[in-house]
Amino acid sequence: MAAPTNPLHLAVALDGAGWHPAAWREPDAEPGRLFTPGYWTGLVARAERGLLDFVTIEDGLDLQSDDRAVRDQRTDRVRGRLDAVLIAARVAPVTRHIGLVPTAITTHTEPFHLSKAIATLDYVSGGRAGVRVQIAGRADTAAHFGRREIPPRRVEPGMRRLSAEPDMQRLAADHFDEAADYVEVLRRLWDSWEDDAEIRDVATGRFIDRDKLHYIEFEGRWFAVQGPSITPRPPQGQPVVAALGHAEVPYRLIARAADVGFVTPRDRAHAAQIVAEVRGEEAAAKRTVAHLFADVVVFLDDNAGAARARRQRLDERAGAAYASDAHIFTGTPAELADLLLDWREAGLTGFRLRPATLPHDLAQVTMRLVPQLQRRGAFRAAYPEAGWPASLRGLLGLSRPANRYGPEAQEHSLAAGHGRKRSPR
Amino acid sequence: MSKPAKQIHLAAHFPGVNNTTVWSDPAAGSHIEFDSFRHFAQTAERGKFDFLFLAEGLRLREQNGQIYDLDVVGRPDTFTVLAALAAVTEHLGLTGTINSTFNEPYEVARQFASLDHLSGGRAAWNVVTSWDAFTGENFRRGGFLAQGDRYERARTFLRTATELWDSWQGDEVLADAARGQFLSTPKAGAFAHHDRFFDIEGQFNVPRSPQGRPVIFQAGDSDEGRDFAAASADAIFSRHSTLSDGQAFYKDVKGRLGRFGRTHDQLLILPAATFVLGDTDAEAADLARQVRRAQVSPQTALRFIEQLWNRELPDFDVDGPLPAFDPVVSDNLVSKGRASVRQFAKDPVALAGEWRERAQAGHLSAREVVIEVTGRQSFIGSPQTIARTINDLVQADAADGYILVPHITPGGLDPFVDRVVPLLQELGTFRADYTGTTLRDHLGLVPLGRPGATGATGAGGSLA
Repeated sequence: MAAPTNPLHLAVALDGAGWHPAAWREPDAEPGRLFTPGYWTGLVARAERGLLDFVTIEDGLDLQSDDRAVRDQRTDRVRGRLDAVLIAARVAPVTRHIGLVPTAITTHTEPFHLSKAIATLDYVSGGRAGVRVQIAGRADTAAHFGRREIPPRRVEPGMRRLSAEPDMQRLAADHFDEAADYVEVLRRLWDSWEDDAEIRDVATGRFIDRDKLHYIEFEGRWFAVQGPSITPRPPQGQPVVAALGHAEVPYRLIARAADVGFVTPRDRAHAAQIVAEVRGEEAAAKRTVAHLFADVVVFLDDNAGAARARRQRLDERAGAAYASDAHIFTGTPAELADLLLDWREAGLTGFRLRPATLPHDLAQVTMRLVPQLQRRGAFRAAYPEAGWPASLRGLLGLSRPANRYGPEAQEHSLAAGHGRKRSPR
Repeated sequence: MSKPAKQIHLAAHFPGVNNTTVWSDPAAGSHIEFDSFRHFAQTAERGKFDFLFLAEGLRLREQNGQIYDLDVVGRPDTFTVLAALAAVTEHLGLTGTINSTFNEPYEVARQFASLDHLSGGRAAWNVVTSWDAFTGENFRRGGFLAQGDRYERARTFLRTATELWDSWQGDEVLADAARGQFLSTPKAGAFAHHDRFFDIEGQFNVPRSPQGRPVIFQAGDSDEGRDFAAASADAIFSRHSTLSDGQAFYKDVKGRLGRFGRTHDQLLILPAATFVLGDTDAEAADLARQVRRAQVSPQTALRFIEQLWNRELPDFDVDGPLPAFDPVVSDNLVSKGRASVRQFAKDPVALAGEWRERAQAGHLSAREVVIEVTGRQSFIGSPQTIARTINDLVQADAADGYILVPHITPGGLDPFVDRVVPLLQELGTFRADYTGTTLRDHLGLVPLGRPGATGATGAGGSLA
């Protein structure tokens, strides 16, 4: 089979027992194993057998809650998580091809720590690391750290968006601005060592050429970071950065900071509108986002009636109809393939599928959806064996970025007549 | 009747960013690539070692205002490497040094709890504390801590982290699909800690891990540090590797345990130690001399002299005598981010005098003095000599075992595992195979009971 000329990119979002709150009660679920390494290596190995570009792993610095504003007190849902970066690191040595994109919270953590953690994930995975950055807006989460006040939020019943009060909007905008600064620090730290900085020159006794290490000297509203990183530049140069957005402010973060943006269109027309909005933010940010993926929750079965019946059964067990920020697809893998190829025409380059239940809907993706897409010439038939194409950036069709502090970038910035260059592409 | 022989504990310290690591050796490999860590860890596990140990540094060292370039520079993130190593080992304990100053309890507690889950109960934390604004320049809050607050904050940090680990009793996750009950209680993980360092409350989000909490290591050597360890640690990473130093330290620290309601066997003393192995003792001694010269290149010798004299010495000839003038006495040190320099700074003029006396007595050049005074080779000899020495030291209560630091990455541990470990096993004082699954098992520490139950030893227990 010839390589597809315009391949679709596919990721799967792993979270607990799946995205439906009753997923953990399914017969094939393994709710007693959620906190074991074997659970995660099994899921990611399955995703890898489906040749997917990457998996994301959800995370949070709080117990999960059905209520977006405060911690709920439910005991009938999956509660508790392991650190997503460490899950990814645990999975890396036992997988070979698939990208690993853990979620990290930018609001209460140190960019210096996360930068070296993701750089190290890139080393232990042989160039397959990414990170999805996320803000934490809940007051009770902030109380776990006690370093900043976040006022309690009000979400009116039935309201999809968070409070429209101006001070709340300003706070959310601050969190996203902080996330953009955070990613800027990650990226500078990843570049703070040039690739050939380690010289091991016995004659002069020098292990490194220190002229090829760079202070990043970042100063912003929330933090100042001097650098350089303690970890040399990772194999991909710049691991992949992803962010999810539903509105203008997060679109700005995607435009300023992300290589892959996750968005939540309701339909093809809405997808086109979102793509246009993000492109508008890109113009302001003077950079382009390599990929826009639509998030879709999937209930998949070999016939559509079975998928609908399963969703209904899950809803009954959960005591409520499943709602999501993303489009919810219920049907067959073939129908989903139709939808993905249709939505792609709106300017999307890929999809992050959220399996309603695990492992069922993941297996449907890898064993049914992927062959459908392959038959239509829209998905890879095999992973690249080795070298740059086998890295996560390589899978996503991205080149290895020049180092912003390297000689190449310096010439570029001199030629362009300004000191601060655009993010390397 | 003699008491039964003590069992020896052995650990492997991945070679660090000091001049003890000889990167110039042709056999020296990467200090960053995962293959080096995998090789090192799997060698330690082949040798039935208790655990692997990783140090940490959060700012690249500087001297004379420039990044220090003569030693290995750069290392990976501790947690991430340990989680990856959990995938390629089955029994080996995984000990990470993590600073309590540049982290928050909630995050560190969940990283260690996660590591413990992901390794099946093999996580350990070497709790260190830092205070320098230099390192703090890489972090949100900066780093300065008043001298009197250093241990107080570290103690409080560990106590708070322990409260977070103990906020889950271990039986909350029912995962009862038929009844639809995932947790037994909505209060799982509830905690509240309010003091001048940490003012936090809420719910911890990682269920109780296989060991309950990571094994706790402490490395401080001061009176306060020893009390901290006697009160809260499961093991001490010490620097007292010789017989007399080791025995004095061992006696002192074990003697403190009673004050904190703890017994002799609840705290292991594990000094860091290096080794040079040869076919014969004479060959090993010769190799050791070569290693010391490789560890102290002319350039490295000059930097050491500058650290003690606390000034730049651009035209100094290290093959000639030490400087005749006295060091600059100042709080403003030419070397930054290096703990050992504080030893120099205590009384630099007197120390320089000692160095000159050694030079005179032994007719030594400046470099040769540095080679002598900085030499840190604990065990030199044939496999038989080293095995006997280690066993004798442990039986004489100079230690409970050693954390071995090879000078070559990643292969430096292999000859020890191949040639010394079998001799220790023959002596019957080192395990022939693992008998448990958790690091607590390997270290002979009793499993932790339910939080709050009587007899449970609590890390961060209150200080008398």
